[in-house]
Amino acid sequence: MAGLVSTRDGRGRASLRRRRPRGGAVFRLVTFAIAGLFFGLPLVAMAEFTTRNGRGGRTLETWATLTNFSKMNESYPDLKNGIVVSLGLAAVAVSIMLVLLLPTMTWVRLRLPRLGKTVQFLCLLPLSIPAIVLVVGLVPVYAWVTYFLGESTIWLCFAYVVLILPFAYRALDAGLSAIDVKTLSEAARSLGASWFMVFRAIVVPNMGTAMLSAAFLSVALVLGEFTVANLLSRNNLQVAIFMVGKSNASMSIAAALSSLIFAFGVLFVMSFVGNGPMTRKRL
Amino acid sequence: MAVFFLVPTLVVAFGAFMGPQGLTTSNIRALAQPQIVSSLLHSVILAGVTAVIGAVFGSLLSYAVATSRRDGLVRRVFTTLCGVLAQFGGVALAFAFVATVGAQGLLTIWLQRMGMNISDSQWVYEWDKGLVVVYLYFQIPLMVLVFLPAIEGLRPEWREATQTLGGGSWRYWRHVAGPVLTPPFIGALLLLFANAFSAYATVAVLISQASPVLTLNIAGAMSSEVVLGQANVAKAMALAMVVVVALVMTLQALVERRTSKWLAS
Repeated sequence: MAGLVSTRDGRGRASLRRRRPRGGAVFRLVTFAIAGLFFGLPLVAMAEFTTRNGRGGRTLETWATLTNFSKMNESYPDLKNGIVVSLGLAAVAVSIMLVLLLPTMTWVRLRLPRLGKTVQFLCLLPLSIPAIVLVVGLVPVYAWVTYFLGESTIWLCFAYVVLILPFAYRALDAGLSAIDVKTLSEAARSLGASWFMVFRAIVVPNMGTAMLSAAFLSVALVLGEFTVANLLSRNNLQVAIFMVGKSNASMSIAAALSSLIFAFGVLFVMSFVGNGPMTRKRL
Repeated sequence: MAVFFLVPTLVVAFGAFMGPQGLTTSNIRALAQPQIVSSLLHSVILAGVTAVIGAVFGSLLSYAVATSRRDGLVRRVFTTLCGVLAQFGGVALAFAFVATVGAQGLLTIWLQRMGMNISDSQWVYEWDKGLVVVYLYFQIPLMVLVFLPAIEGLRPEWREATQTLGGGSWRYWRHVAGPVLTPPFIGALLLLFANAFSAYATVAVLISQASPVLTLNIAGAMSSEVVLGQANVAKAMALAMVVVVALVMTLQALVERRTSKWLAS
């Protein structure tokens, strides 16, 4: 306390040197401690719950099943299917998103700058439409999808592309703004490159980081999606976790915890790739 | 892509006015059912309360994050954790909540050992008690994500200028940082409201019997095969929801314009 008071008196030189407020360190420590407790406790509780053996002791049985693929296939086929389908959906949705969005955004930036605002508006619009409203409207659409393409869960990828559109748009837009596409493409064009060549040899190599962060964010979003899949009666990872929870709480909590840790891993890696849009997001 | 985005929107907009015999307003009138009205009210209150609490604590936390070291590990872990909880959470959060304060949860058992019993009532599953707490688990992180850029936009020069003019910490917050941060704070608050208002996954996993909030009601009406024509009532409810969200987002856009005056980056 004495230290605090004395720094408060020591204005002038000390306060110019550091921009942080006095007492900031204490405030920071207390805030982080409380937040860590608030957000950390449930995660600890999940880990604790999954290692109970029902007689007051500890067991790793649940985790042994979860990490053993063939055993999980036997006892929880839906969970295994959900994991496979969700990974497939993530891959397909991300591919469609990149193939669709990157050329469009590049083209608009280079040739049709007037349409920039419109494209941005359209891409960010799904943010303001609640997923559940989208589902209500998607029911008849998916009736047709089932009629033409069959009822495989993988066709959810179209709906997921819409859901990840705003996030992918932001990440790619940040990437495109960071490089001077116009000058670069004019240089390439004057050297005789075709538009395709410009895209393949100039834009794509320069957009590595942005594409990667768009993809990471999208993968995390698709793996965590529940609303659309559940209400259209499809099985994906989150729906499977929900269903398992009705019969085996321990297993579902273990799966939920692993999915959280997996998402954390994906986004944590992303925070090292470039600056990551997570911390600089503007809505 | 238009098919998967514009068509659903149109389906909702027009379906809300469709009955078995062409155009009708009966779906809209069905919104006046006490069950639907009360669930709408619950949704609004729940979203409002969690938005305010989430915004207050979230802004404190984001200030703490903003003043920590830029490339520090703590900061990275916290922002990533916020990203996971705000956007990925859903189902996993509901399970985390049950594992913590459910009948067999860790905290419940700890408190029991200390002589406190929190598992007697079903507070965990009530919309105005348990749901508020579990919603905070994605509201506070979202606030951090949205509000952090605004705090980082505060220039150190402004504090220095205040000090040069003889102002202390209080003056700085009262006359400089406060007014600059007010628009982004309100914008974030509105966003949090829209987010909580349209949340479905967590509450769907947590509550399986009643439909205390609007999203659950929509889901219920949608999958109901007992009463014919309920699907269109679902569309009417969805439309009501869009109206509320659109209103909030318009306000947010207006506030945003004000924000960019000082914090353009």
